[in-house]
Amino acid sequence: MVAPGPVVRIQAGPERTADGVVPPEQRTLPVLQSAAPRRRVPTEGGSVGARRRAAQPGYVPPPVQNRPHAGDIASWLERLEGTSLLELGAAADALRRRLHPEGVVSYIVDRNINYTNLCVTDCRFCAFYRRPKDDEAYVLSYEDVGRKIDEAKALGAVQILMQGGHNPYLPLDWYLGLLRYIKERHPVHVHGFSASEIEMIVKVSRLPLDQVLRQLREAGLDSMPGAGAEILVDAVRDVIAPKKIDSTRWLEIHEAAHEAGLHTTATMMYGVGEVWADRLEHLLRLRALQARSVARGGARFTAFIAWSFQPSQTEMEGWDLELGTGMDYLKVTSLSRLVLDNFRNLQVSYVTQGPKLAQVALRFGANDFGSLMLEENVVSATGIDFIMAEGEVRRIIEDAGFTPQRRYQDYRLVAADDSGCPCCAWRERLEVAR
Amino acid sequence: MTSAVAELTRREAGPRLLPMDPALAGVTEKVLAGRRLDRADGIALFESHDLLGIGALADWVNRSKNGDRVFITANQHLNPTNVCILRATCTFCSYARRPKEEGAYTMDLEEAFQEAALARDTPVREFHIVGGLHPKLRLSYYTDLISGLKERHPGVEVKALTAVEIAHLARIERTSVRDVLVRLQQAGLDTMPGGGAEVFAEGVRRTIAERKLAAAEWLDVHRTAHELGIRTNCTMLYGHVESYADRIDHLLMLRGLQDETGGFLTYIPLAYHPDNNELGEELGRTGTATTGFDDLKNLAVGRLFLDNLRHIKTHWVMNTMKVSQIALHFGVDDLEGTVRRERIYHDAGAQTPEWTSFAEIVRIVKDAGKRPVERNVHYDEVRTW
Repeated sequence: MVAPGPVVRIQAGPERTADGVVPPEQRTLPVLQSAAPRRRVPTEGGSVGARRRAAQPGYVPPPVQNRPHAGDIASWLERLEGTSLLELGAAADALRRRLHPEGVVSYIVDRNINYTNLCVTDCRFCAFYRRPKDDEAYVLSYEDVGRKIDEAKALGAVQILMQGGHNPYLPLDWYLGLLRYIKERHPVHVHGFSASEIEMIVKVSRLPLDQVLRQLREAGLDSMPGAGAEILVDAVRDVIAPKKIDSTRWLEIHEAAHEAGLHTTATMMYGVGEVWADRLEHLLRLRALQARSVARGGARFTAFIAWSFQPSQTEMEGWDLELGTGMDYLKVTSLSRLVLDNFRNLQVSYVTQGPKLAQVALRFGANDFGSLMLEENVVSATGIDFIMAEGEVRRIIEDAGFTPQRRYQDYRLVAADDSGCPCCAWRERLEVAR
Repeated sequence: MTSAVAELTRREAGPRLLPMDPALAGVTEKVLAGRRLDRADGIALFESHDLLGIGALADWVNRSKNGDRVFITANQHLNPTNVCILRATCTFCSYARRPKEEGAYTMDLEEAFQEAALARDTPVREFHIVGGLHPKLRLSYYTDLISGLKERHPGVEVKALTAVEIAHLARIERTSVRDVLVRLQQAGLDTMPGGGAEVFAEGVRRTIAERKLAAAEWLDVHRTAHELGIRTNCTMLYGHVESYADRIDHLLMLRGLQDETGGFLTYIPLAYHPDNNELGEELGRTGTATTGFDDLKNLAVGRLFLDNLRHIKTHWVMNTMKVSQIALHFGVDDLEGTVRRERIYHDAGAQTPEWTSFAEIVRIVKDAGKRPVERNVHYDEVRTW
């Protein structure tokens, strides 16, 4: 990881007048139109469009002693039991301050481009995917993607997050062609293709994982998002996403990506019926992998992001689940900060938690407001939609006593006289060195 | 540290977490010694970003008053009319309408009874009745409404009409506030909500609610109610044009009346919502609710400052349920009930659901590690889990 650059206040944020008012014309950043259907509208007299409901299987959590990192799980559970919410938050806040003493809360301006929603994995918690024969299934053309990138760059985006369904009809060459097309005609940092999409590409191409990653990277992939982790405990995955890659494979793919020189992020989707031991196992396995990558000295996890499951419009809508509460979110945030002491950055999820709780999480260990998305389709497919304008994000960060700063994917801050993503430049320098 | 603080800490009765902000050293010492906070202390609290430290102090004070109990109730809001003579001058309001304006409504008694009956599937204990200052609805409408509700729902208690509505009724009936209150009490009024206080500071009132009841009059209605044995709530509407000093002056006035009468049951800081009202547009604040920090600080400062009130309430309709649950660790022991059909805040852009089931409220309190206590309108314990 490259050390953060000098802190320079960017000019793009809204300027407040003497009496603190932000002029209305500076307030809004448009939410760009998406090709994807935002939300299923139940049709009259039929189930067209509505997701069928899945029956809820019983879930029996594995006993702690049978889990990897059993000893650590037990001692963290004990600590969780004996610590009040505010004490946990204070401990996480102290660690956050040690890692980020400059009091900056960063965020990135980017656009989610969901190149396809066609998916054969049928995850029960997902409202976004469409099966191959669904009328609403789509694949974007290279030109569509290029246009979206240009729109996003014009609005200040410094990366695109490219994610999609697990589409067996797209060969490796389609991905390589897309990356080359982007890098030649619409150059931008491409943060793309989560582990489960990589697995689909591996299967379709019948090539080894490291070769697939190397080819994607050479074609222009810059870093990999941490989606698809859900809960990294197979007993939980069997209930919510039986066809998805298992937890070991998810970790293998991220380790291979680190070895291939791709930074990645890690996530957790909680509130799907799992217990605290599951959440801790998830965190401790991430920590162990990160320790290996850090020791190797190259690419690694740059950040961790947790959010709670949103059941609306999914097969799990109507399951008897204790959905993530405010307490859950702050405990998960603090605990993640404390357990993942070898991760530099912890993002809030304002999209799922709302701006109020996301702001409070900045005192419970988080140091990054995540992505100021110019387009988002996956969470909003569940009907939850907290997309915020940049001025509002900055107001909230300042109100909490921090300095808001735009950043790049590798967490270096955007300087006023900036000439582009240092992370991609860093990669080029590396190529030259080789 | 004073010897009192050292003594408390030795006995482990003090909070396990203390503020880190040096500006809060004086406040901390006073709180731990059980001494009353002054104006400067209150402003220091609002100016500090030490959210966890403030929360820890407020939590400690709350635990000493209420243990781990959180008071909840199944209630139903009833807003009989949105027609209001202050439509043009209360610029922060998205709910009020002129009599002939689009969206104006006034329920006749049958409609109001029907709406109240919606609540039959939950064990409703309390009707919360507030509305606009209708130029023609007479006192008899409200006394009939209250006695009719009591007849139809025996055992359900009525919390009705803000000080502003009471004073308005006195004016159109050409009688005294005391007379109005006596007649409402005879009809079955149990307690009074705390709305209409907004912010007492004259400059603020002139800006956001020019023609509304002045501070002294608002306090006077509550004083009279307390004298008649009608307990009331008190509120503050924050997050618009007021300064921290205005907020503290407001709390000082509430604390002063409570010293005098002891009649306030609970304090509820209300977050200003900027959507669909003139003030929000004028301030360029459309779409920007108060922050989570400000919501939690208002609750915690309320707890620390109002040392003579037993309860501090979080209203999830504006704070969101997630932040309201967190507030239970920031000095709050009182959680707004099931609500059902709330109109005033939803008209102003609140994105929260229209109601929450009683079972969900119980779960949220337990999930926070607290003990839910079902209360009646007087905060007597009805049921615990």
